[in-house]
Amino acid sequence: MDGYRSSKSGLTRRSVLGAGAAALGANSIFAPAVFGQSGFDWKRLKGEHLEVSLTLGPRAELWQKYEKEFEELTGISVGSEKVPEQQHRQKVAIEFASGNTSFDVATVSFHVQKQLYGRGKWLADLRDLIKDPKLTNPDFDFGDFAKGAIDYATQKDGRLDTIPINLDYWILYWNKELFQQKNVAYPRSFTEIIEAARTINDPKNGISGFISRGLKNANVPVWTSFLLGYGVDPIDPDLTMHTDGTEATEAGKIYQTLNKEFAPPGVAGFNWNECQTSFVLGKSAMWLDGIGFALPLEDPAKSKVVGKVGYGVMPPGPKAQHSALFGDGVGISASSKKKEAAWLYIQWATSKQMNQRHLEGLYGAPARASAYAAVRASGKLTGPKLEWLDAMAGSIKIARAGLPDIVAVTEFRDTFGIALTNTISGADPATELKKATEAFKPVLAKTEKT
Amino acid sequence: MSAEAALAGSRRSHVLWRRLSGGAATRGRPYSLFVAPALVLMAAVIVFPWLFTGFMSLHDWKLSQTRSFAGLDNYTRLLGDERFQWAALRTLYYAALAVMAPLVLGTIAALIFHRRFPLRGFFRGIFILPMMATPVAVGLVWTMMFHPQLGVLNYLLTSIGLPPQLWVYDPGTVIPSLVMVETWQWTPLVMLIVLGGLAALPTEPYESAQLDGASAWAMFRHITFPLVLPFLMVAAIIRTIDAVKSFDIIFVISQGGPGTASETLNLFLYLQAFAFYDVGYASAVVAVFFAIIVTLSLVLLYLRQRTQWST
Repeated sequence: MDGYRSSKSGLTRRSVLGAGAAALGANSIFAPAVFGQSGFDWKRLKGEHLEVSLTLGPRAELWQKYEKEFEELTGISVGSEKVPEQQHRQKVAIEFASGNTSFDVATVSFHVQKQLYGRGKWLADLRDLIKDPKLTNPDFDFGDFAKGAIDYATQKDGRLDTIPINLDYWILYWNKELFQQKNVAYPRSFTEIIEAARTINDPKNGISGFISRGLKNANVPVWTSFLLGYGVDPIDPDLTMHTDGTEATEAGKIYQTLNKEFAPPGVAGFNWNECQTSFVLGKSAMWLDGIGFALPLEDPAKSKVVGKVGYGVMPPGPKAQHSALFGDGVGISASSKKKEAAWLYIQWATSKQMNQRHLEGLYGAPARASAYAAVRASGKLTGPKLEWLDAMAGSIKIARAGLPDIVAVTEFRDTFGIALTNTISGADPATELKKATEAFKPVLAKTEKT
Repeated sequence: MSAEAALAGSRRSHVLWRRLSGGAATRGRPYSLFVAPALVLMAAVIVFPWLFTGFMSLHDWKLSQTRSFAGLDNYTRLLGDERFQWAALRTLYYAALAVMAPLVLGTIAALIFHRRFPLRGFFRGIFILPMMATPVAVGLVWTMMFHPQLGVLNYLLTSIGLPPQLWVYDPGTVIPSLVMVETWQWTPLVMLIVLGGLAALPTEPYESAQLDGASAWAMFRHITFPLVLPFLMVAAIIRTIDAVKSFDIIFVISQGGPGTASETLNLFLYLQAFAFYDVGYASAVVAVFFAIIVTLSLVLLYLRQRTQWST
């Protein structure tokens, strides 16, 4: 199974494995360069102004926190705005379609927007910029980016229109205290997840054995996380769908059992934020979601489970062990008249130093190998935070795209999201998934035709 | 400048204007030119968007993909789209509840606030506060209140011995729960309209009825209600249009879910246009949606005509 392609863009398990090995194995040369030491002329575009459109979230917080550093380094002023994820996607797409964007730089989610933007050629190809020594700082070290992340960012036609920012591996958060109370060990299979949830579930005392997204659209990665454990992707690169076969139905049944029987009442309307609320209050024993939540979970001001959280690698399924992978990148608007200044901003934002801050601050999983080695060497992450880093390292080795690499990924999430939500209300997973598959087939055929 | 000079200047402008506008033979035309800016503005902000929406609805048009003429395909697709049909039915169900509840409660509130009692002005002010809040903020606050485990609503229910509810987190209760929010926010509007009507009512019929020994209920049933009915119809028209196109509260609280249980036409339209970027199909939905709102408005306007006081 290793090495088979999970997407048209070239994201393979092997390439991600390679990236992981590079990230984990390096240990010496990765101290982040201090900006300006290489003699690169950061100030050549002094006086320009850039508009940057960011998706609201930890990475945007990090970039804005250090924005002044970029302004002082380059003399370029930056106007950056943070927009909530859903609205950001719409705003950016509509501006791109208009042919004239108000921003020069924008963040992009690989799993939702990449193909749409690629087809429209809305983002500038960065390959020539990267190769140009006048425009690219020698310390930028493009080879430091995980190959899997670069593959994820690369379009079908070979264009590289984004630099990866963050890779979101799905892990299983578990409440060690609740597990200990019932003398349950961390699950080592899908069956054990169900058994652990059953044992710990205690609705009378407000404790749920499991929690995950039930809200349509948002819930699809939960199901695909289980589907990947059956050794199949939802949609192959040749557009063969595996969404209503035995594997899909079994994954659907697991999703249904966990959310219908062991999740809190009302989970059908829960997105990640409601799940997080329940977990930080110590009300849920397990939570399956992206790796980027360590920051609130370990924040004493927000969390009642500080120091009690286990960060577990996704347990193996009957046929394979995979952590569903999602990712974000940053690119330059093709209509921007300040592409060189924008490229300087991207070099700074995705630099070794910023990637190290990204990881140290628990903002998520950066794409540079050097960041992991540097943070481990620094010894700044200890205790639960180190466990979080270990879970990340473990997930890198088994990462696999969590959503199909197609244009109509939002329609895919919507259609199958409704089917999954219906299963929480008691609908038969096989029937719902078959219905969703039939509904989605014409959409796929239409949107993927070249 | 002297008065004579100003007058001469004015005459010269007038003559120039007459020459430019074609002289006495076309006396009406100069005045029509004054209307031109308004016409241009109307064409730009109302007529053009509609024509362009109609144009888009006749095309197979997705962002980032090539556009092709599709004739009436988008409209025929709507006819066979079960999700659209369910959304239309849900919209009517939602609108019916979201109009009736504020009308009934708003009328009762108006009758109460029409009476004189201590601190009446203060309580009126408090009562209309929800109407002043931004719907998105209202939605966020109610989302927290609806939370099955942490929300204040279930806390209140359980504290008086009633079982907790799932509110917007259950397909069966999501629409009534959303209507509850609409009702909370818009009952004050109905109250204000009806209160205005009550203040304008003549006092003579009440004096006659009192002399004849009519009960309070009889006076309401036979005098107040018929006289206030035209005002209620105004409130009904405003509320119907608002309820049919309600979006913000539903989007913030339930996003049309669970599943599609609260997906109204507006949510369906939003999804097609801004999540799937299917602007051709979304434009067809807009056209049909517009037709529904116009039809409903015409029916209500007709009913309002029927209920107007005879002079």
